[in-house]
Amino acid sequence: MSDRTDLLLAIADDELFLGWRNSEWTGIAPFLEEDVAFSSIAQNEIGHARALYEVAAAELGTTADELAFDRKPDEYRCAPLVQLRRLEWARTIARHWLYETADEIRLAALKSSSDPEVAGIAAKMDREEAYHRMHAEMWIDRLLSSEEGRRRLEEAVDELWPYALGVLDHDLRPELRRRAEERLGRELPDVEPVSRGVHEAELAQLWEEMTVVRRSAPAGAQW
Amino acid sequence: MIFEVFRQERKGQPFQHAGTVTAPDERFAEIYAREQYGRRQESVALWLVPRDAVSEIEEFPDEFEMKYRRVDGYSIKARLREARERAGTLELAPGGEAE
Repeated sequence: MSDRTDLLLAIADDELFLGWRNSEWTGIAPFLEEDVAFSSIAQNEIGHARALYEVAAAELGTTADELAFDRKPDEYRCAPLVQLRRLEWARTIARHWLYETADEIRLAALKSSSDPEVAGIAAKMDREEAYHRMHAEMWIDRLLSSEEGRRRLEEAVDELWPYALGVLDHDLRPELRRRAEERLGRELPDVEPVSRGVHEAELAQLWEEMTVVRRSAPAGAQW
Repeated sequence: MIFEVFRQERKGQPFQHAGTVTAPDERFAEIYAREQYGRRQESVALWLVPRDAVSEIEEFPDEFEMKYRRVDGYSIKARLREARERAGTLELAPGGEAE
């Protein structure tokens, strides 16, 4: 497998798993408007995953569906940050913000890639991610504006920080730290990142749920 | 806050009331309105108006039942035709009304 396909699959897996995790709020988000908006953002992420899987599938001679659903749990390359099940709003927002911030840094690097297909897809994704960032940033402002909100956000960020660093390659991590520290107005701990390749127990649990329909139907079933 | 949302389906068309969003402030409202009324490409533009900013009029007294001011059953077709004949524009009338 080429480095390019490896990279595309890593990002696609991030988007698929995050989309799936965010969709766990559908129907139970704090209020109706947020429910609609967050579910819509989740659908966007899955759309990005599909676009990336399609490019990877063309090189591997397979299909986006097979890449999304037919691999074994330990074959996924998603960062541990998106594997975690954190059905608690402050943690969800902290993860959303940390991921979108990391993703912006990653996409900026990919947009200047010498590979026109990679650069093009990164530019397209970034135009939609811009609205995810607006959504995340508005929540961060909201949480930082009250004592309780700040406390809950800070707790969540501290818990997720090693995972957030793990979304990015080594050379992009300092930029994530710089942005996050500037935004929160404090230093973040110097920790060992939980990097890509680590599989949290939650990954297998989500994989079970995500692939159950696919596994229950014979290959090639038409929907 | 409650915001009344108006959406425009295509450029140049009038904005029509689409519904409401409830949000803590204008910034949240814009994000929510975008997702609720625009994510399926069903709108090219939205207007958000805080409900408090809307002036409402709901009394229209008609103590003397001035039915002659209502347009029910008042056909304007014949009058239009005559006017067009006078103006010599009968053939140019839109929508085939000139028959």
